[in-house]
Amino acid sequence: MKYVDEFRDPEKARTLLKEINELVEKIDICKKRPLAIMEVCGGHTHSIFRYGIEGMLPKEIELVHGPGCPVCVLPMGRVDDCVALAEQPNMIFTTFGDAMRVPGSKKSLLQAKADGADVRMVYSPLDALDLARDNRDKEVVFFGLGFETTMPSTALTVLRAQADGIKNFSLFCNHITIIPTVKAILDSPDMKIDGFLGPGHVSMVIGTKPYEFIANHYKRPLVVAGFEPLDVLHSVWMVLKQIDEGRSEIENQYVRIVPDEGNDEALNAVSKVFELREFFEWRGLGSIDHSGVRMREEYADFDAERKFSVPNIKIADPKSCQCGEVLKGVIKPFECKVFGKACTPEMPLGALMVSSEGACAAYYQFGDPDRLRELEEV
Amino acid sequence: MCLGIPGQIIEITDEARKLAMVDVSGVHREINMACVVNDDHRLNDCIGDWVLVHVGFAMSRINEEEAALTLKVLEELGEAQEEIAAMRASGQM
Ligand code: SF4
Repeated sequence: MKYVDEFRDPEKARTLLKEINELVEKIDICKKRPLAIMEVCGGHTHSIFRYGIEGMLPKEIELVHGPGCPVCVLPMGRVDDCVALAEQPNMIFTTFGDAMRVPGSKKSLLQAKADGADVRMVYSPLDALDLARDNRDKEVVFFGLGFETTMPSTALTVLRAQADGIKNFSLFCNHITIIPTVKAILDSPDMKIDGFLGPGHVSMVIGTKPYEFIANHYKRPLVVAGFEPLDVLHSVWMVLKQIDEGRSEIENQYVRIVPDEGNDEALNAVSKVFELREFFEWRGLGSIDHSGVRMREEYADFDAERKFSVPNIKIADPKSCQCGEVLKGVIKPFECKVFGKACTPEMPLGALMVSSEGACAAYYQFGDPDRLRELEEV
Repeated sequence: MCLGIPGQIIEITDEARKLAMVDVSGVHREINMACVVNDDHRLNDCIGDWVLVHVGFAMSRINEEEAALTLKVLEELGEAQEEIAAMRASGQM
């Protein structure tokens, strides 16, 4: 496949690691404490664990796994809303596979399906629209979630439904936006991040300009990164280079996919269909201002929230969960009191255990790279 | 969920709806092209293009020149390493 193997070349990875080690020796902070680099995007978390990247890096670098996994930050009340929608009569409820197992306060979508609700996994929102086309006597709801990466696809699907006059299709909109989220992390009093790997695929939609406040105001470097192992290592190297040279800038490592100006066509579709919500509730992080979008009034007919009664009850995270602290990088997953005990991928308490992009599931599956490293050093 | 996959456009299937057939490692699927076409690059210009496919939509045209440039930077890093190593070795002699 194009530009996949090329960005997995072990020879080049070794060179990058050598360069990274040399930079680490020069950077003063690294002599006192580990340098914390947060990967905002769950896709990066996945790559980092899949390729064992954390274990390759010198121990002076700590990778903090950020909030960028949309399934992980879905609050319990929202999952309950999904279940309530799915259990309406005459309903086909469609969703991406990742969301099936996220625990609600009573059940997950998977359990609702087992109990008889017609819940179907789809690859694309367009597949949900086709289902609506083929089942005119039923209501079809698509569970829209994700950051700016997936927003254009659901917006375009709604526009298609409108153009084709498919009235039995609607969207349950739970999209979230990246910038207020990163800002909330930067403003958090226990913040200790030295630099960021920026989300590759969110950026192909929004471009690199919206991050500029991170460099200018918060003086932190951010490098928009690709997802192959060399992309991640190259981006870590670029962050270190900035720190070593005393710079804080927004750089783009993933130029082959991300144009600095973003994607106009995608952004137009998004702004046509969606508008900002005043605030949106996150699992583990609480409410963040302007961090979610809802559908504009003009598309009320295609808005599941307006079309059906959605309970919309706020449910507090279980007390024993420390998802928020893990999401902000304050503690490592295995430091959570319930990790591997009350909370496992088979019986998840928090969503970070459910999704393959969640930090807890990754630690559970692949082990803790620091501990592995210690074992190797012995 | 946010990972995409590169694929090559092999056929335009529905002009009005901006749909095309993509080949991803031998698997074919119809995808929506609305995000990668504009007045400068029309739907019919897309055959043969490599795109990043995400949940049934082409989200970005892969910029082959930039890909080559990034790989070149990585290549040169390697060469610089070799040179530095050679300099070190000669300095120690
Ligand atoms: S172990 Fe479970 S409860 Fe603890 S942070 Fe991870 S997902 Fe949340």
